[in-house]
Amino acid sequence: MSAYEPVIGVEIHVQLSTRTKMFCGCELSFGDPPNTHTCPVCLAHPGVLPVVNEEAVRRAILIGLALGCEIAPESIFHRKNYFYPDLPKAYQVSQFDIPVCGRGEFLALREDGSELRVGITRAHLEEDAAKLTHAGGRRAGAEQSVVDFNRGGTPLVEIVTEPDLRSASDAATFLRQLRQTLLFLGVSDCSMEEGSMRADANVSIRPAGSHEFGTKTELKNMNSFRFLERGIEAEIARQQQILAGGGRVSQETVHYEPETGHITSLRSKEESHDYRYFPEPDLVPVAPDPAWVDELRAGLPELPGALRRRMVSDMGLSAEDAEVLTEAPELVAYFMEAAEHADPKACANWIRGELRAQLRDAGVEPWDSQVTPGHVAELVGLLEAGTVTVPAAKEVLAEMIASGTRPAEVVESKGLGAMDASELAAIVAELVAANPDQAQQLRDGKDKVIGFFVGQAMKRTGGRADPQAVQALVREAVATT
Amino acid sequence: MGLRDLTATEQVAALAAGETSSLELVEAHLSAVEADDVHAFLAIDADGARARARAIDALPERPPLAGVPIGIKDALSTRDIVTTSGSRMLEGYRPVYTATCVQRLEDAGAIVLGKTNMDEFAMGSSTENSAYGNTLNPWDLDRVPGGSSGGSAASVAQRQVPWSLGSDTGGSIRQPAALCGIVGMKPTYGAISRYGLIAFASSLDQVGPLARTVADAALLLRHMVGRDPMDSTSLDWPGDIDVPSATDLQGMRVGVVEELMGEGVEPGVRLAVESALRVAEGLGATIVPVSLPSTLSGLATYYVLAPAECSSNLARFDGIRYGHPLPADNLLDQYEVTRGDLFGPEVKRRIMLGTFALASGYYDQYYGRAQRVRTLIVREFAEAFAEVDLLASPTSPTVAFPLGDRTADPYAMYLADVCTIPVSLAGLPAISIPCGLSDGLPVGLQLAAPAFAENRLLAAAHALEGVLEFDTRPPGLAT
Repeated sequence: MSAYEPVIGVEIHVQLSTRTKMFCGCELSFGDPPNTHTCPVCLAHPGVLPVVNEEAVRRAILIGLALGCEIAPESIFHRKNYFYPDLPKAYQVSQFDIPVCGRGEFLALREDGSELRVGITRAHLEEDAAKLTHAGGRRAGAEQSVVDFNRGGTPLVEIVTEPDLRSASDAATFLRQLRQTLLFLGVSDCSMEEGSMRADANVSIRPAGSHEFGTKTELKNMNSFRFLERGIEAEIARQQQILAGGGRVSQETVHYEPETGHITSLRSKEESHDYRYFPEPDLVPVAPDPAWVDELRAGLPELPGALRRRMVSDMGLSAEDAEVLTEAPELVAYFMEAAEHADPKACANWIRGELRAQLRDAGVEPWDSQVTPGHVAELVGLLEAGTVTVPAAKEVLAEMIASGTRPAEVVESKGLGAMDASELAAIVAELVAANPDQAQQLRDGKDKVIGFFVGQAMKRTGGRADPQAVQALVREAVATT
Repeated sequence: MGLRDLTATEQVAALAAGETSSLELVEAHLSAVEADDVHAFLAIDADGARARARAIDALPERPPLAGVPIGIKDALSTRDIVTTSGSRMLEGYRPVYTATCVQRLEDAGAIVLGKTNMDEFAMGSSTENSAYGNTLNPWDLDRVPGGSSGGSAASVAQRQVPWSLGSDTGGSIRQPAALCGIVGMKPTYGAISRYGLIAFASSLDQVGPLARTVADAALLLRHMVGRDPMDSTSLDWPGDIDVPSATDLQGMRVGVVEELMGEGVEPGVRLAVESALRVAEGLGATIVPVSLPSTLSGLATYYVLAPAECSSNLARFDGIRYGHPLPADNLLDQYEVTRGDLFGPEVKRRIMLGTFALASGYYDQYYGRAQRVRTLIVREFAEAFAEVDLLASPTSPTVAFPLGDRTADPYAMYLADVCTIPVSLAGLPAISIPCGLSDGLPVGLQLAAPAFAENRLLAAAHALEGVLEFDTRPPGLAT
């Protein structure tokens, strides 16, 4: 099987979360009753004209800048003509040969810390189609289809990559990190489940070492990263099987069925449409003022890619820490504030570990909780100073979550401070004296028995003892008695 | 002289002087609209017009066009008034919104009496492509009024309304104005919002006035120009449209387009245009010959670009969201049956031409090449206007032709626009004024100007009009 190398490129459609649609003033809506956000323009009544949403252009340019794309001084819209009931004009206003964002490059970071470079071919603006619901069967077999034009005309940015990806897991890594970047830009909700981010993958395989491309198939519309990864894997396997059996892959659109893990063919590309693209005469070119573009560039937030690299190289975090902590811009801000006041690695561990675990049941994110980043840093400080033990710190954290009290105050009021060494030594001496059999076993080299003493000590001290200190004291006591 | 013999400007004055009321004006014109001897109207909004007239009469202060009736080409969307664009596809369609240009006129006090007949979706030069019967030429009821704004032109010539709105893609205002002996003007592309104009060819379509005098055309234009936030291709209008008062053409250089004065132009038309040019000379103009060789490719260029755009613009008509779908077993059949039955033959011809011209593999050869020729034409006009102030030619190579004469020969029909199309491709303003008769039928003189030079164009047309003294009353029209 390793005789073949997969070649993968992806196309991502991102619904922009602007207030209004791409070419009219209707508000975007999710979950409102069907056909309540429509007007003559988005319903394509006779005589209407499109007007470009400036905010959508701004967001497309932000995406382009974040992906290192060239921003076209003058991009134009084209009409993509085809008949379908979800497209009321019977053409989609899109961009063709001069998109708003040209070539760029995205740097992703694999879990092992290695760099994944993905060339961006282009990113362009277009409008979404309306939503079709088929009743009584799928598509052609349906008894009835109904159209909801609320979604029709939603601004979309389509991002197209070069065929630079070589595995399903790289594709998933790239898409996850691209999604994070878009979230950081605040341009889209990027929900794969709700369809505000949709990805198609172009997949082909070729003999390892070859520089020619094999015949590609287009894997459509996978609604989660997990399905996307599995779908690509299944398609690679299917193509390998075909080639290994002496067959030829045919250029077609395929669909991954998550329930069965099977790939099914949707339509053959040979019968694909001729979209008769031509420049949209109802719109003038998009010519952003270069000063405005510079302003947008200067105002870009620090993006997850750069953040991850900084976290790993400057702050001593693992690639996995960095990936988790850059999941949401709020989490980054939270972590960064804590890390200013205490050891970053320890802050990372506590935030992505215990804090999130304890908050999970309540369904609260750290930044929405009563625990401030400053409190997290303080707790980490208490641990480092040996003022509290790890088990006690977990208890302190629970109280911080419940009441929003500073950790030092919790330690004080609940008496959770670590015990001083002489008090603990006395307890350990008592324990060793009271359990001569276990002490003897330990002397005889049965090291596991140490756990017994630690457990007893923790019980006696209500968790305030530092387990490491207990161990040391037990060994000392056993050796000297 | 009856109220219908007053020009729009005179009606405004009579209203201001308290000599008549809006309601009186509306009633006088409505009776002619309802009689409709030339089948100029497709829809009449008598009740609405009367109600508006009463409301305007009750206003303490009159808006500038208060109470003056107007006819609107059926290609323009009018809220609640059936708008068909001359097609069965839109039979009974009542729009939910009003076109910007119509709204601006209503805001200025104009009263819409009804919607005028036209070639289906503005495709044609005789109004014979209307799905609702042809309009007759008031000068000779056996002849066409021109098109596609034939209803708008005939209604003004017949004095059913003092003025009307038309749309011009390749000559659809100017040519029928010429054939009906009235004034018709196509402004600079972008001067008037296209929002609400049912698109034929978006890069060429422009709304414009038809009237009996140049001053009326100017007055109507003044209230429509300017940027509309609903139309990205509309333009901020520099300054104002002046009501013209010029009486001479002193210092004006007028270029006569050689290519549009030769073969194919009827002798009677050429004679009338040449004598009008001599009159212009008498008014102080310098007449010089100008050659615009690429205008000869205008017709071919137009008949690639306009059908290409129309094939896309008309794709939305499927009878589902408006109009009426014809029954069928599945989606594809429904598209085919509805579009196959409800579009007329000329519309289908152009959709097919345009679909072909845009097909991958043919795009460069047809659409791409036509765009390049269009660029050449634009450049040639620009070069010409470096030398002259105005360009002159016949508006139509012939006078009004008999009904049915060209319906079997699309190419002969297309030739009716040979003089007007190049100006459209260049996006320039042009006006047609009646300059004489040939065999008892009106001949139009076309004057074209650089972009935004509407005031120059109107001033020159006004000066000529004053000396030519063309009687716009058709011989058969009772006084």
